[in-house]
Amino acid sequence: MATRWFGAPVQRSEDPRLLRGKGNFVDDIDLPGTLHAAVLRSPHARARIVNIDPGPARELPGVHLVITATDLGGVLEPSPLLIPHPALTEPRTQLPLALNEVHYVGEAVAFVVADDRYIAEDALELIDVEYEPLPVIHNLAIASANNAPLVHADVPGNIAAHFVQTVGDPDTVFANAPHIIHETMSIERGAAMPMECRGILARWEAHEGMLTCWISTQGPIPIRNGLAAIFHLPEHKVRVVAPDVGGGFGTKIMMFYPEEILTPFAAIRLGKPVKWIEDRRENFISSNQERGQLHKVEYAFDDQGVLVAVRDKFLHDTGAYTPYGIIVPIITACSLPGPYRLKHYYSEFTVLYTNKVPVSPYRGAGRPHAVFIMERIMDRIAKELKIDRCEVRSRNFIQPDEFPWDVGLVYQDGGPTKYDSGNYQAGLDKLKAMLDYDNFPKLQGEARQHGRSLGIGIGCYVEGTSIGPYEGANVRVESDGRVFAATGVTSQGQSHATTFAQIVADQLGLSPGDILLTEGDSQAFNWGVGSFASRAATVAGSALHLAAVKVRAKAKQVAADLFEAAPEDIELADGRVFVKDAPHRFLTLGQVAISANPLRYAYGENARQLMSMKLAGPRPGPALPPGRGAPGLEATEFYSPSHASFASGVHGAIIEVDPKTGMVSFVKYAAVHDCGRVINPMVVEGQVHGGVAQGIGGAFFERLVYNEDGQIVNASFMDYLLPTSAEIPSITVDHVETPSPLSPLGMKGAGEAGVIPVPALFASAIDDALSPYGLRVLEMPLYPCRVYELLKEIQSSS
Amino acid sequence: MQEQEDTSTFSEENLISVTVNGHLYEQRVPVRMLLSDFLRHELHLTGTHVGCEHGVCGCCTVLLNGEAVRSCLMLAVQADGMVLTTIEGMAGTNSELHPIQQAFQEKHGLQCGFCTPGIIMSVHAMLHENASPSEEEIRHELSGNLCRCTGYQNIVEAVKLAAERLRESHKEVK
Repeated sequence: MATRWFGAPVQRSEDPRLLRGKGNFVDDIDLPGTLHAAVLRSPHARARIVNIDPGPARELPGVHLVITATDLGGVLEPSPLLIPHPALTEPRTQLPLALNEVHYVGEAVAFVVADDRYIAEDALELIDVEYEPLPVIHNLAIASANNAPLVHADVPGNIAAHFVQTVGDPDTVFANAPHIIHETMSIERGAAMPMECRGILARWEAHEGMLTCWISTQGPIPIRNGLAAIFHLPEHKVRVVAPDVGGGFGTKIMMFYPEEILTPFAAIRLGKPVKWIEDRRENFISSNQERGQLHKVEYAFDDQGVLVAVRDKFLHDTGAYTPYGIIVPIITACSLPGPYRLKHYYSEFTVLYTNKVPVSPYRGAGRPHAVFIMERIMDRIAKELKIDRCEVRSRNFIQPDEFPWDVGLVYQDGGPTKYDSGNYQAGLDKLKAMLDYDNFPKLQGEARQHGRSLGIGIGCYVEGTSIGPYEGANVRVESDGRVFAATGVTSQGQSHATTFAQIVADQLGLSPGDILLTEGDSQAFNWGVGSFASRAATVAGSALHLAAVKVRAKAKQVAADLFEAAPEDIELADGRVFVKDAPHRFLTLGQVAISANPLRYAYGENARQLMSMKLAGPRPGPALPPGRGAPGLEATEFYSPSHASFASGVHGAIIEVDPKTGMVSFVKYAAVHDCGRVINPMVVEGQVHGGVAQGIGGAFFERLVYNEDGQIVNASFMDYLLPTSAEIPSITVDHVETPSPLSPLGMKGAGEAGVIPVPALFASAIDDALSPYGLRVLEMPLYPCRVYELLKEIQSSS
Repeated sequence: MQEQEDTSTFSEENLISVTVNGHLYEQRVPVRMLLSDFLRHELHLTGTHVGCEHGVCGCCTVLLNGEAVRSCLMLAVQADGMVLTTIEGMAGTNSELHPIQQAFQEKHGLQCGFCTPGIIMSVHAMLHENASPSEEEIRHELSGNLCRCTGYQNIVEAVKLAAERLRESHKEVK
C-alpha cells in the first residue's frame, strides 16, 4: 500500500460546505408548500387534565390542524421501552400527547399546524386547557420519603427499579478492614444543550405511499422501523434521514420524542410537508436531561492505601418516564470501580420517578457520577494516610499484565464488564510530567505566600465504549470510479465523512477525498443502530473496514481474470489496479467495477477505454460463478463486537480559587487519553477538547434548578450558563495507545471521554487549593456562590 | 379563559429594501418577522442559524452595516435600507474560502458546524477592529458566541492563523 491514511491528521471533508453556510440542517430544508407546527406544553409539573377546548384555535385563519390526544386514534400509544431490564419492574413511557394527566412541565398536550410558525404559536394561545394541579415531586429526597405523593398513581413509592450487584465478599472484608469511611455525595442535573435544537420535517407522497422524515437525530434507522410499525407502512416505504445534525451529545438518541410521531401524523393527515423545529425554551423543558443521583458510599482500605471494598447505595432520578430503561444507573454502577483492582464491591441503586423532564443518556451517561465517587475515595484515602494522591492511585491500578480484567459486573449491553486492554500507570506518568506535578507543592507554597490559592487535581477513569449489538456498511465502486460508502450511524460533528473515508481509502489504494460517505439515510443503508455510547467509529468503522477488505479482494479477483494473473499478484495503489511488477499496464477502479458487472454494455469514458484495452475475455461458464458473489464491485458487511471495549484516561488541572468570591479559574489543563488505535489524531483531540469543555460546564456552571413546583427556574442561556471561550482553558492532550484486541483495527471509542473525569478532578483541585480551610467537596456541580457558601459553612462550624 | 388577542395586526406587512451580500431585495414582510427568519425563510440564506432566539448563543450573527449583530434580536423591518453580509457572502464568487474560513478548516475549528457561521461573522468583525488580537482579546471577543463541540481551543488557534494571514495579505496589497 502506497500510503496509510489510518492514523493521519487528515483535514475534514465536511468543512468547506459547513464553512460556506451550505450545511443541510433540518430547518435548512425548504420543501414547497411546507406547513409549520408548534406544540402546546404543560405549564404544570403534575396535573389532571379536566378539559381541553381547542375550538378557537381551529378557527384562526392560517391554522390547518389542531390535534389533542383524543384525535390520535390508534397512534395514541406509549413510546416503546427501548431497553427492558428485569430490575425495571415499573417502566413508564410517554404518550405522544398527554391524555388524562401531565407529569412534567413541558409535556406535550396539543399540536398545531399552520401556514407559518408565527400563526401556529398564535393558535397555541387560543387552546383552553383546564388543569387540576396535583402535588409535585421535584427532587430525590421527596421522591424517596415515606408517604411521598406519587408521580404515577400506580407506581408505589415512586420506585421504577431496584437493582443489586455484588462482586466478591464485601461483608467479610468490611468486617476485618482497618479503615472504613462513610460519605454522602450528590450530583445534580445538567443537560446536553446542542447548539441546534431538535427538529423534524415530514413529507407524505400519497402517489407512492411513501413517508420521508428528516430528523435531527442520532438514530434514524430504529426510528424508521418504528414509524413504519406505527403507521402500518412497509419499512421500505418509510425513509428517515439524519441530515447535518448540530450536536447531539446523547439527547438526540431517543425514540420517540412526541414530535417525531406527531409531525408525520400531521403530514399524512394533511397531505403536505410539515415541519416542527424546537426552540431553546422547548429544549430546556422537553429534551431529555441527565445526571441527578444521590450516593451513600462506604469504603474500606488498608494501611498501605489499597482500597479493599466499596458499598455504594444510590438513588437515581429518572424524571417522569423511563424511555431508556435503567441504562444510566447501570453504567454508573459498572463504571465506579474504574482503573482500580476492586475485588469486593456491593452496588445497589433505586430508580425514582420525579415530576421532571425524562432522563436518558447525556455525554458521559452515568460515568462522571461514578468517577466522581471513586476519585473522591482515592483522594480521601491519600489524605487519611498522608500518601500522595497519585501514589495512592498507582498502588491500586490494575497492571498492564492483568488484562483482560473482569470487573465481575454485567455491563449495559448485557455482556461482561471485562477490560480488554489498558496501561493506566503509563497515562498517569505522562500526565504528571505534563503538569510538572512533582514541583507543584513548591509553586503552591509560593502562591500562598502571595495570598493566592492554587490547587492541583487529577481524575482517572475507565470508559466502556464500542458496544454492540452491531453496525453494517456498504462500499460500492461505480463505473465512473467514484466510491460510495454508507452506514447506518450518524455524525453530529464527529467527522465520520473524513475518518471513515480514511479507513476505506487504505483498502482501495485511494485518497480519503475519493470516498463519498452517506450515513444516517435509511435509503442508503437500512440496517443499523445509531451514534451513541462512543461506539460509531469502532463499530461502524470496523464494518466499513470489513466491507472495504471484501471490495479489495473482489477487485483483485476481477483484475486477475482480465490480466490473466493470480489474484495475490494484483495491487491497488493511487487509484490503479495492476499486476505487481508491471504497474505500467493498469486498470482504474471504475474499469474494474465495469468488468465486475456481467452486463455486456456500459457507458462513459472508463467503458470506452476498457473496450480499447487488450484484456482477457469473459471466462466460460456462468457469469457469476460460485464464490464470486454478487455482481458489481461492491460489498456489504456487518461487525458485531463480542462485548464493550474499555478506553481510559487521566486528566489533571491546576486551578486558582478566589476564596472571597468562590470564583475558580484554570491555570493549566492536561489530558492523557487512551482510545486504542487512533484513526485521526486531530479529530480525537478535538473530541477531547469539546468533552472537557462540557465537563467544566457540568462541574462549575451548568446546574438545572427545579423549584418546588417543578419549574426549571433557569431555562434560558441567560440563566443556565454554558461555558464560553473566556472560561475554558487551553488543553494539552497526549495519548497512550493500547490497541483493543476485540476489533479488527484496534480502536476504542473516544466521543464521550473528555467529559468524564472533569467533576472529579475539579473537586480534587478545589480541595487542594482550599486545604488550609479543610474543605472536602462532596457535590457537583459547583458554582462560585456555592464554593463561597461551602467555605462559610466550614468557617462557621470550626 | 384569557381574552382573545386581536390578531389582525399580526398580518400587517411593510415594504422593506435591504442589500444582502451585494444584492438588493425589495420585499413586503410581516412587521413581526425576525430578521433571522427573513434571511432564512424569505431569502433562503440558511447559513445563518438560530440557536436560542434570545441573543445569547450568537449562531445568528450577521454583519449589519459592517457590525456584528444578532439577527434573532431584530425585526426584518428594522433592517430597512441597511446593508447586510451573511456567511454566504464571505467566500466571494470564486471557489476559494475566505482566509478566516480556510483557517477554521486547517485548525479543526469546527465540528458539527452549526455555530460556525455566526462565529465566522463575529471573527470577521473582530479582526476588522483589531488586526492583531492577543489570545486574551480573542477569547474575550469570542465569548459572545457559544460552541458546544470544540471547547474553543481550535477556534482560538484558527483566529490567530487567520489574523496572521490577513495581516500578510494587507501588507502585500500595500
